[in-house]
Amino acid sequence: MAPAAVLTAWPSSSLSIRALQCWMTVYRRIWRSSIWSSVLGPLFYLGAMGVGLGTLVDRHGTASLGGVSYLAFVAPAILASGAMNAAMSEASYPVFGSVKWNKIYIAAQASPLRPSDIFRGHLMFMTMRIAMNAALVTVYMWAFGATQSAWVVLAWPAATLTGLAFAAPIAAWAVTLQIETSFAYLFRFGMMPLMLFSGTFFPLSQLPAWLRVIAYATPLWHGVNLCRMLSLGDVDLPVALANVAYLTALAAVGIWAGTRAYRRRLYV
Amino acid sequence: MSHPPGSVNRVPDSEVLVRARGLTKRFGNFMAVDGIDFDLCRGEAFGFLGPNGAGKSSTMRMIGCVSPPSGGELTILGRDPVRDGSAIRARLGVVPQEDTLDVELSVRENLLVYGRYFGLPRRVIRERTDALLDFVQLSDRARDKVDPLSGGLKRRLTIARSLINEPEILILDEPTTGLDPQARHVVWDRLFRLKQRGVTLILTTHYMDEAEQLCDRLVVMDHGTFAAEGSPRDLITRYCSPEVLELRFDPDRHELAADKLRDFPAERAEVLADRILLYVSDGDDALAAVRSTGLEPLTSLVRRGTLEDVFLRLTGRRLED
Repeated sequence: MAPAAVLTAWPSSSLSIRALQCWMTVYRRIWRSSIWSSVLGPLFYLGAMGVGLGTLVDRHGTASLGGVSYLAFVAPAILASGAMNAAMSEASYPVFGSVKWNKIYIAAQASPLRPSDIFRGHLMFMTMRIAMNAALVTVYMWAFGATQSAWVVLAWPAATLTGLAFAAPIAAWAVTLQIETSFAYLFRFGMMPLMLFSGTFFPLSQLPAWLRVIAYATPLWHGVNLCRMLSLGDVDLPVALANVAYLTALAAVGIWAGTRAYRRRLYV
Repeated sequence: MSHPPGSVNRVPDSEVLVRARGLTKRFGNFMAVDGIDFDLCRGEAFGFLGPNGAGKSSTMRMIGCVSPPSGGELTILGRDPVRDGSAIRARLGVVPQEDTLDVELSVRENLLVYGRYFGLPRRVIRERTDALLDFVQLSDRARDKVDPLSGGLKRRLTIARSLINEPEILILDEPTTGLDPQARHVVWDRLFRLKQRGVTLILTTHYMDEAEQLCDRLVVMDHGTFAAEGSPRDLITRYCSPEVLELRFDPDRHELAADKLRDFPAERAEVLADRILLYVSDGDDALAAVRSTGLEPLTSLVRRGTLEDVFLRLTGRRLED
């Protein structure tokens, strides 16, 4: 019989770590199937957009890009939007499936883990996956000669923060769903427009003023802008701090909402 | 709390592990559990018998500390499930109605992940895994993935997993629903052994034979309340005649026979869609008496009273409907 006093005294952080360990065990089983999209996906993007399309763009002058090559312009955006994409795929179907399909959450719930531990443990795993992908893209950027500054090492945590700012609120939403078809809206009306209109493939100065205002309000623009400033070594500190503050606030709101949503869904 | 002493079937002088008084669970306007009282004592096997929707699973979820009670009192291992849920769950084992195994992982990995949830060191998990897989006769499948295992093997793995933390109370929600008869008997055999070892069992079922085999004491649950409680033998003596005569007639004559037999001198007659049950003290005598009225059944069967009959008597419905 376990001494009950010890059990209640366990800090909650250690309970979240136990949930994380579950995901690590699962990941050890399935990493091979996810490795190709993680490794080759960003490589294709950098090659096609940065080098392929870049050659065409650079021929027409790059004044509107701030005088840098298209590859240098687009690479940090691929980094940030890649983090968003990883967040969307890690926080959507896997969260939904943990309630409905393989029931990882339901199994964990019968243990000392509380809904908040289950949420935070899974979110830690998502963040780890986002960070792994972002690290790889950062290395590619360096290998392609797409960076102009050593500050690019900070673009890696910046991209990870961007991913977390998406993962936390999306997980908070995904856990409440009854049917998985709602994810189609996320990918079609969330991911697609954000990818296209957040200053990723062309500078926001190309957009009409009213669209630009909307773009500034989207989280991906903040991530792209932050990563781009760091990669180009052209950091406007107040803007960078505003970007970080925006992304941190979004992540914090997501963690707060997720803690609530997981409790409501699992503890009924 | 004022409750008639007879309503709480308490074994004297034994430690009470779960105590419920006026326990309710409400979902919107629906009362899933409507004021139940019970004590679960250490070492006993306590069953909740009832049809789907009777409130059994809601009760199990409240005892499992994954569902807050809407009203009444509930104490588990001397603690409050809402405040101390995590600490209580550390001392419970749960076999849920639907398997929640991770089918991507191997048999062994499932136990490893689960053991880690309880904060057990890997060495302890390894040792317990060996013993538990041996206990549920899955040692030779330890390295296999869970996905291709049959329903019966998965159930046994779920039982092994629920024991990884050496729980003081094992909660089983319909442990053999969906299994074929042979697999069901293997599960019963393992649960019976656990009971012999002194593990406290609390289980729900809609199989009367399961309740008869495993439960020392049970409650018949219907519409969120207890319709009766006692040992299986008790309930049968109290609510059923010694013998039951089951008669099946030609479907065209079923109605006619039913009308005639309603006035038959039996303790009670129960007309089902396909059969007529006569509750009598002597089945063979009764069959002879039925034939003497000119009714000729297609088939007839004399059997002892069961919990199914008790349930039918108490609720007017059959268990597996």
